[in-house]
Amino acid sequence: MAWFKRNKENIQTETPKQDVPDGMWIKCPECSELMHRKQWEANSYLCIKCDHHFRIGSSEYFKLIIDEDTLKEFDKKMKSVDPLHFTDTKPYAKRIDDTIKKTDLHDAIRTATGEINGKDVVIACMDFDFIGGSMGSVVGEKISRAIDKAIKNKCPLIIISSSGGARMMEGAISLMQLAKTSAKLAKLDEEKIPYISLLTNPTTGGASASYAMLGDFNIAEPKALIAFAGPRVVKQATGKELPKGFQKSEFLLEHGFIDFIVNRKDLKQKLSQLLGLIS
Amino acid sequence: MAVNTMLEFERPVIEMEQKIDELRKMSDTLDLSNEISKLEARLKEARKKIFSSLTPWQIVQLARHPERPYTLDYIYLMTENFIELHGDRYYGDDKAVVGGFASIDDQTVMIIGQQKGRDTKSNLYRNFGMPNPEGYRKALRLMKLAEKFNKPVITLIDTPGAFPGIEAEERGQAEAIAKNIFEMSRLQVPIIVVIIGEGASGGALGMGVGDRILMLQYCWYSVISPESCSQILWRSWDFKEQAAEALKLTSQDMLDLKIVDRIVEEPEGGAHRDHNQAAQLLKAALLEEIEIVSKIKKDKLLDNRVKKFGEMGYFKD
Repeated sequence: MAWFKRNKENIQTETPKQDVPDGMWIKCPECSELMHRKQWEANSYLCIKCDHHFRIGSSEYFKLIIDEDTLKEFDKKMKSVDPLHFTDTKPYAKRIDDTIKKTDLHDAIRTATGEINGKDVVIACMDFDFIGGSMGSVVGEKISRAIDKAIKNKCPLIIISSSGGARMMEGAISLMQLAKTSAKLAKLDEEKIPYISLLTNPTTGGASASYAMLGDFNIAEPKALIAFAGPRVVKQATGKELPKGFQKSEFLLEHGFIDFIVNRKDLKQKLSQLLGLIS
Repeated sequence: MAVNTMLEFERPVIEMEQKIDELRKMSDTLDLSNEISKLEARLKEARKKIFSSLTPWQIVQLARHPERPYTLDYIYLMTENFIELHGDRYYGDDKAVVGGFASIDDQTVMIIGQQKGRDTKSNLYRNFGMPNPEGYRKALRLMKLAEKFNKPVITLIDTPGAFPGIEAEERGQAEAIAKNIFEMSRLQVPIIVVIIGEGASGGALGMGVGDRILMLQYCWYSVISPESCSQILWRSWDFKEQAAEALKLTSQDMLDLKIVDRIVEEPEGGAHRDHNQAAQLLKAALLEEIEIVSKIKKDKLLDNRVKKFGEMGYFKD
């Protein structure tokens, strides 16, 4: 017998979590500025005051970069199959199905053809929302096919990375995706087809130790975490204080691993300019 | 060989061996041959029982056994004329990676591997077999030399991971590994990879792309160590046995998943029980593999290599 049973219906104490709907206000996690969603969208999903680069997904990047009505997504429905029958606190198969429902994505990457100011490209964009942008068989295969398409169509390849690394639930198979994608990129290289890698927050582990670092041009958004081992692991392993700005885009630029840093507002124009120079 | 470190599950076997040794010593004055042969039969039985039902976690422990032969042991026991070559020509000489030209049955090969230390002092010197970027860059430089002089490459993999240090990150650990994987996929000479101990993630794969992938019997190969996997997925260090199980990281798993092409048998009780025999078993396998890959035309070899890794993955269209 519940003593405190609510006897009046229709009282809701909590609203279900949801994406910020139209007409709502967004708060910048860096400077606390409040802005309207429409302002934020019109500002390339940046804070209108401090330029903080909010994490966005493939839909937003495609909208920002690719000319209207030119996007053709391929391998849309490709899905992971849990080759190891992996279970941690939750079976991997269920984790996949739940994430598909939650995110409306099929895996952590989407691939498409499209145009940037009239120039044909093949583009692959990762979604961090899908199990931390982890790279398993599907990410490996979709990148591999995107490279095949770039070779076949003789057009530049752009990969936008946002990934915590290889997907543990696929064990060594996910590790092999580093080899699979890099071997294909070597083919692309031999065909002399340009490859631009855009590194966004975060790009770490297996993604950075393969395709994300292998661009003819490695470019990054400001203040993105880019690393092999993440800062927590480095701190734990070395017991040392980490230098200021460690593993951020600006740090990588300083150490020679990034060609330039690009503000998201200028992204399309920069890509177009670069492609124009080398085509 | 003398036993200094004993894993818990090895105890029954090693104790029986010690008993047999004692009886042998007494045999000068007494006739104990009956007892000895009885014990030997029991020993054989016990060893078979333990080693035919090792758990993945026990295999991980064997792969890390401090008396296991390391890269330089294999090089000295399998090859002649080894000349070690040092440095990446950019920054330094990583002691966690060794390599150079050597001859194996009169055939020159480039042999490169990660090197662990035997005790605290040598482990500090070798950074516990965890390479820095210059280790990967040295390995690539040596592979390019092999390409130039048309010699096959053998890499021996034994690392708990690429070093997660501040300087390693500053000098581009991710780039160094990515570049190696990229270049190894198109190196113009045959590459034979052997996992001889621990094959931990990108740190292993950074020297692990090749035409033939071999794995010694009691080794592990995966995307993460069972401890770190436990920490990340279970949020506790206590699930390493389960993680080892779930990751499917043993040589048999790797063969079943077609990630390795061949398992190389180890001496009874593991490679650490007889370094020389372990090396001779590996040498015999390597000679066969060199013959196989040497017969394949270069273009075909390279196509096959890309195809081999291109086919790895499981998905539904």
